[in-house]
Amino acid sequence: MDTWRNNGFLRALFVLLVVSASAGKVFAQVQNTCLDCHGALDPPLQVTEQQFSTDVHSQKGLTCASCHGGDPAKADMDAMSKAAGFRGKIQRSQIPELCGHCHSDGAFMRNYNPSLQTDQLSQYKTSVHGKLFAKGDTKVAVCIDCHGVHGLRPARDTRSKVHPLNIAQTCAHCHADASYMKGYRIPTDQFAQYSTSVHHDALAVRGDLSAPTCTTCHGNHGAAPPGVDSVQNVCSKCHVFQDQMYEKSTHKAAFQSAGLPGCVVCHSNHGITHPTDAKLGTGPQATCMQCHKPGDVCDQARVEMLTGLTRLDEAFKNAHNVLGLAETSGMEVSQARLDEDQAGDALTKARVTIHSFRQDLVDHDIKEGLQIASKTLQTAQNALAERDYRRKGLGLALVFILMSVVGLFLYIRQLEGHAPKV
Amino acid sequence: MSLFTGVQAWLDERFHWAELIGPLKKKTVPIHKLSYWYFLGGITLFLFFIQVGTGILLLLYYRPGANEAFESVQYIMTRVQFGWLIRSIHSWAANLMIFTAFAHMFSVIFLRAYRKPRELTWLSGMILLFLAMGFGFSGYLLPWNTLAFFATKVGTEITGRVPVIGHSMMVFLRGGEEVTGATLTRFFGFHVAVLPGLTALFVLIHLGLVQYFGMSVPPGLESRWKASPGEARQMKFFPNFLLRELMAWYIALGVLGALAAILPWELGTKADPFAAAPAGIRPEWYFMFMFQTLKEIPAKLWFMDGEVVGILVFGFAGFLWLLLPFFDRLGRGRGRRLIMGAGLFALSYIIALTIYGYMAK
Repeated sequence: MDTWRNNGFLRALFVLLVVSASAGKVFAQVQNTCLDCHGALDPPLQVTEQQFSTDVHSQKGLTCASCHGGDPAKADMDAMSKAAGFRGKIQRSQIPELCGHCHSDGAFMRNYNPSLQTDQLSQYKTSVHGKLFAKGDTKVAVCIDCHGVHGLRPARDTRSKVHPLNIAQTCAHCHADASYMKGYRIPTDQFAQYSTSVHHDALAVRGDLSAPTCTTCHGNHGAAPPGVDSVQNVCSKCHVFQDQMYEKSTHKAAFQSAGLPGCVVCHSNHGITHPTDAKLGTGPQATCMQCHKPGDVCDQARVEMLTGLTRLDEAFKNAHNVLGLAETSGMEVSQARLDEDQAGDALTKARVTIHSFRQDLVDHDIKEGLQIASKTLQTAQNALAERDYRRKGLGLALVFILMSVVGLFLYIRQLEGHAPKV
Repeated sequence: MSLFTGVQAWLDERFHWAELIGPLKKKTVPIHKLSYWYFLGGITLFLFFIQVGTGILLLLYYRPGANEAFESVQYIMTRVQFGWLIRSIHSWAANLMIFTAFAHMFSVIFLRAYRKPRELTWLSGMILLFLAMGFGFSGYLLPWNTLAFFATKVGTEITGRVPVIGHSMMVFLRGGEEVTGATLTRFFGFHVAVLPGLTALFVLIHLGLVQYFGMSVPPGLESRWKASPGEARQMKFFPNFLLRELMAWYIALGVLGALAAILPWELGTKADPFAAAPAGIRPEWYFMFMFQTLKEIPAKLWFMDGEVVGILVFGFAGFLWLLLPFFDRLGRGRGRRLIMGAGLFALSYIIALTIYGYMAK
């Protein structure tokens, strides 16, 4: 194969064949006789006009012959003659190279999509899939396993198997199949775990397409598990500040020397749940105490940090509740709501700073947050006091109004008691 | 000589005050079991005075402009001494004024107070109601909050659907193709200059006509009183009726104060023209029946756009409504029955569609 790929003449000939076949299709679209028969055949030979018309290649003007060879302009079996260059069913072992022939050719691909990368094949060769494939394992994923065939849609299409919303399901097709994965000695619960994760929740439930799915951490064409040393780099693509804090922390060196996979030690990998302050506690969700001993210096710092976070969380919630009460009483507290957001931000910042594992830095953020929360609470309490003042004022005004009405009533009675109305 | 009589003598000497207020002293108000409906016009006028007063106070701090309007109202509500009260009273009084104006209009229909010779009183009153709704529509946008912004967008869009002149009207109202800061300053101009000027003129005309023709007596009672004048009961306008009216004004003030203090008018969030319209965009309650009707009309009615049909029907119905008194004298009481039927239908329709509009999602 390498010889073939390095042979300029053969390569040029192949490209010429593909391009000429494509060109033939473009000129003879109405005479694509392949679908006349294959549309009527039973699976797996069946390819309907409707199915193929949704394929991105078909939409760009490529035809069956672009991959399978032959001459679709000819009727009957002549279309599939050797003389017409018919290659028949593409062997699984040939698929990456066949797709790569066009998709690795920057000049060719520029005609269709100048922004599309052309390194898929070379990346694939670095992937676990590609390496096993090179060793002759054809069970591993090749292009069509992820992208589909004959009805292949661009990745931005929500119906595509490689759209962010569908990727996890596509990977799980093999990786969650215990019998299929037998022999590879890797777990098959990744999808089940991922489905319970905060990342899945963000992507599939909240529809945040920037949330991570399998390929975000493992890569797509070059898919491989991130090594122990590179886990931090993977997570830091999104969690930048946590990474900056962790980078300076004592845990970085400690985990490295112990061969521990950074972020994963505390947060796990596929089944990452929403982190809570309970991670700093001693309950079932506790992570610190899995390594640290009760009463040691680190444990004391943990207690201090947890106490600070809890204080700030309670102060924030208290201010939020009192502010809500003032708001439902009709008081204008929109400025205080902005301050409250700042208190919330300070709490989030303190939680991020935990990754530095430095009590002084965490305390600094907590102190800042407490000050804002206290100011917000004061504003909310002032608003409630103002509400009470208004209600007292209203009561007083109503008494005055009532007295005036009664006075008028009595005056009218007196007036009309003395003299007739007309 | 008391101060009051001294001032009276001073005015009388220069302006013949006694002659000027003479007709007022002679003015009488009929007394019957439905007399309390007479208070509605006065209460509406009182609320209009409150609007003028609070509006002037708001003007001291309000700044028209997309970048300042919301902040200035926020400033009024949070920093200006009693600013919250003034703004809340202004908003509540506006709504109460339109409510009492509607109630006044329907009382005029059901008591048949519109009939000859009071056709022009009805006409000037209807124009005042339209002006009040114009005040409401233009004032709603002035705080430049999200709900008002999108409601104005929808409202002016509906205007744009009027055949032939719709688009020009929409551009005129918006000060361009879109609702922008230009719309806000334009609405501000309408709200504080154009509409008050017109309203003052029509209030004077309306009051002048009421003064000239006197209070209407329900037709049945009027016939009885004509047959036996001894049965007719009247009270002096000044001071008897005016003191009663004053009581009604005090009660209205109490209701207004309670609403303003217990349910201060919300400000919401600042309008963002680039944000998507939030769910639940709806106009002020007095436009709801029209808004909901337009929502319910099928997209196509025969060969015409359903919404356009709705707008044309409302326009035509409004025009007929203006001319209502002139149908009263159609032969053999047919006109009277027609007006009563139309009044009952309009009242039920407005109530039903308004409730439905607030309940429908």
